[in-house]
Amino acid sequence: MSTSITINGNPVPLPDDPRVSLLDFLREHLDLTGTKKGCDQGACGACTVLLDGEQRILSCLALAVQYQGRAITSIEGLAADGELHPLQQAFIEHDGFQCGYCTPGQLCSALGMEAELRRGVPSYVTEDLAAESIGCSDDEVRERMSGNLCRCGAYNGIVAAVREHHVHLHTRAAAREAS
Amino acid sequence: MNPFTFARATDALDAVQRGALEGSRYLGGGTNLVDLMRETIERPVQLVDVSELSQTIEERADGSLLVGAATRNTALAEHRAVRERFPLLARAIASGASGQIRNMATVAGNIVQRTRCSYFYDHAGAHCNKRNPGEGCDAIEGVHRMHAVLGASSACIATHPSDMCVALAALDALVHLQGPDGRRQVAFNDFHLLPGDYPERETVLRPGELITAIELPALAMAANSTYRKVRDRASYAFALVSVAAALEVEDGVVKDVRLALGGVAHKPWRARSAEQMLLGQPATAVYVEAAARAEMADARPLRDNAFKVPLAERAIVAVLGQLATVRT
Repeated sequence: MSTSITINGNPVPLPDDPRVSLLDFLREHLDLTGTKKGCDQGACGACTVLLDGEQRILSCLALAVQYQGRAITSIEGLAADGELHPLQQAFIEHDGFQCGYCTPGQLCSALGMEAELRRGVPSYVTEDLAAESIGCSDDEVRERMSGNLCRCGAYNGIVAAVREHHVHLHTRAAAREAS
Repeated sequence: MNPFTFARATDALDAVQRGALEGSRYLGGGTNLVDLMRETIERPVQLVDVSELSQTIEERADGSLLVGAATRNTALAEHRAVRERFPLLARAIASGASGQIRNMATVAGNIVQRTRCSYFYDHAGAHCNKRNPGEGCDAIEGVHRMHAVLGASSACIATHPSDMCVALAALDALVHLQGPDGRRQVAFNDFHLLPGDYPERETVLRPGELITAIELPALAMAANSTYRKVRDRASYAFALVSVAAALEVEDGVVKDVRLALGGVAHKPWRARSAEQMLLGQPATAVYVEAAARAEMADARPLRDNAFKVPLAERAIVAVLGQLATVRT
């Protein structure tokens, strides 16, 4: 059995001490300090990372050893070849942050949320649970992003950025189908 | 966090063999247990990781669903059979925690999660009979706005925090267990205990016993069901009161009804008094209001949580009213 974990595409050995959280492993062992420690108890969402591509999880409540053999994407893994991810660009254009502390978690969470919408995962505000696809309304985004707190209160900008990115994805998908 | 050893179970039998070690705990998604270990409220000597065991959701010929214990909360809520046939369960799960936590948390872990009573967490400054049996309960005279109004005792007034479990109570789910002495099944409504004199005993789980699956029996009327959660914030907050309900009305009369409450007791509260009063009666506001009052008649609120009694009554009336309108 492998005793490594893949971080942003690179396999790295797991810590010997099973007490090390995935968050501390990223920040203190690998010097990937983009992922933030807010509450360290699952309340704020600042430590959100992506598991196996697009599943958003809280790295503060994850023991690193539990994710042996799995792939983790942190904020450092989003921008390809120095070019900002389209969602990062949208956050800049819509003022989706002030101090920026919650932003890495907001970005990873929003990408995970996007995948959940695509799969038809219902939220508490989804009216038709049997619907094939779910729209990306303000209400849906606010409900689905409620695990990510922003003390600066940049929520309106965050919602706008997430919705614009959603439209961007759908336009690109439609263009692919048309060509 | 205290030191511990970590072992990943390869199957249920392997898990149970490893779990026989005293001081061992099973690890699901870790969203509650890891937090409690960091607070040193939980101090296992060994973690047996069961989060990679069965995550299958089996649709059986008789209409029942068998859900592997390690199924993530999100996976259960998004399954088409759950969305279409057990909407109260999909809505209950979607109302709990956050998107990230629902992706990590397993179904079995959700069931055995501990209370969020702040006195239970405050190991440095508060007395708690759950944490240290016999030392007293500071919540009874303390800040207890969130605490139980039904089935509490002089030893403990904590509530069970789960939303998913309220739906499982309404659905008469079965808990499949495997332990050192073999396998058994327990009715979900018998799985959690009221606090009585021993609030540290929260379930009927025996030492080393592992939840392997949850069974949802076929229930056609559950297609007309929902879950409503009343809380201090619009999202990401524990319930003050919640209602899981399914209703079948024929010719204006209640043919079948399932009703359970969250946020009011030490366990998910199946509202059998209200159900019995409603069966065979007109599905109108007068009868529903009387049934809701009867269910809450045994409530023993404290100084700061008496508001939960009328709140629960109104939530029951609102939810059953909504379900009666949809299908009549």
